Amino acid sequence: MSWQIITQSLPIFLKAFELTLWLSCVGIVCSILVGIITSLVQYFKVPILGRVLTVYVELARNTPLLIQLFFLYYAFPVIGLKMSAQVCGIIGLVFLGGAYMAEGFTGGFAGVSPSQIDDGKALGMNDLQLARYVVFPQGFALSMPALAANIIFLIKETSIFSVIAIPELTNTALDLIGMYYRSNEYLLVLVIAYAIILVPVILLLNFVERKVRYGTFGN
Amino acid sequence: MTEEILRVENLNKYYGDWQALHDINLTLHKGEVLTLLGPSGSGKSTLIRCLNGLETFSSGAIYFKGKKIDGSSKTWQALRQKIGMVFQSYDLFPNLTVIENIMLAPVKVQKRSEKEVRAEAISLLKRVELDEYVDIYPRELSGGQKQRIAIVRALALHPEIMLFDEVTASLDPEMVRGVLQIMADLAKKDHMTMIIVTHEMNFARQIADQVLFLEDGKILENTSGKEFFAHPQTDRARDFLTSMDF
Ligand SMILES: Nc1ncnc2c1ncn2[C@@H]1O[C@H](COP(=O)(O)OP(=O)(O)OP(=O)(O)O)[C@@H](O)[C@H]1O
Ligand SMILES: [Mg+2]
Repeated sequence: MSWQIITQSLPIFLKAFELTLWLSCVGIVCSILVGIITSLVQYFKVPILGRVLTVYVELARNTPLLIQLFFLYYAFPVIGLKMSAQVCGIIGLVFLGGAYMAEGFTGGFAGVSPSQIDDGKALGMNDLQLARYVVFPQGFALSMPALAANIIFLIKETSIFSVIAIPELTNTALDLIGMYYRSNEYLLVLVIAYAIILVPVILLLNFVERKVRYGTFGN
Repeated sequence: MTEEILRVENLNKYYGDWQALHDINLTLHKGEVLTLLGPSGSGKSTLIRCLNGLETFSSGAIYFKGKKIDGSSKTWQALRQKIGMVFQSYDLFPNLTVIENIMLAPVKVQKRSEKEVRAEAISLLKRVELDEYVDIYPRELSGGQKQRIAIVRALALHPEIMLFDEVTASLDPEMVRGVLQIMADLAKKDHMTMIIVTHEMNFARQIADQVLFLEDGKILENTSGKEFFAHPQTDRARDFLTSMDF
């Protein structure tokens, strides 16, 4: 184990670290949005669109990100749709993440007792008002554990971007190892870099989960 | 004759091939209390839910204040502010405090001012003796308290008729009286027009101007409250009253 190797690699790892962080953030935020919209459309059984999104969720959840990325990066240019590796990566991550988030929110919404829908309708509320004031706040709070698990999952999943040569953490480590054959050092940096991202995120998510619960149900 | 609030004409309802309601007719005038009685599965909930559009019906017509309801979801949505309903499952919205539960629909649906609605909500809560629970979340309340607040929540919209579907059926016995008392009060003091599904026969006898006795989705008796309890016309109604220890 050589310290020199490690310190020399730090600037390049820092760049990769920033990229992983950035891709994760964009991917997570977009996935949450896609997940919320998808799950609400399914919850209120919007005609046609609801069915289409069910197909989407099944498709996305049952194919590996690796295959989705290959498809976006290598197959789409064949039909004239060429995108940069990073754009492909984000799209793939959101395609996958949106479906996982949708499943999580659907689980949360399922915890909202259906008799509340009757109550809300009997009070003259429309679907949008019901979604906004009743179903969504409760469903969101109830899906916090799933949301947290999905966030962690998506951060880890960015490592698969290495296969389409996005210079994020994993790709960078593998590159360096390929060039200099110092796997111990580079893998150590890689693990620490992921830990620096994941540990605070996990702690933060725990905290937020409790806060949201309290803010929603008063306990 | 007082103003007609609700009229149902030849209403039929099917679940698939099976007919749940047969040719229902009823008329309710302002200030009248109608109780819907009948054994379990006779179609009371189905009927009362048709009256505010929570269930669709297969044929027939419902008139609100003489005007035929066209059955579109927009129409029902608007009408439901005038047709209050309270259910057996005393569900308050658990993500909202008591006062927020009451204020939600008047503020968001009727677009009334928060200040005015809050003042009214508090005076309604006083009336049901729950004004100390204004900022409490529902999980801290008993079933009876929740049900009283659910009634207040419906009243805050200023409905012209209230529908009650077995609102005391899931309550602990000691909670039942308080809820029935509120309904009796609404009838006597406010002259609220009401349709009540209940298994509380004593209460029904005291409060009913009109009784509809249902069995297998058919109206077997449609008569005054006095008449029904003193002289039930059909064997089925007599059996029913006997089975209710009456
Ligand atoms: N969604 C549904 N699909 C099919 N059948 C239904 C549905 N809802 C109710 N039914 C049937 O319709 C009949 C009437 O039910 P309803 O709930 O109106 O009875 P009820 O008089 O309210 O009974 P209870 O006193 O038990 O509440 C029952 O036989 C019930 O099984
Ligand atoms: Mg019923």
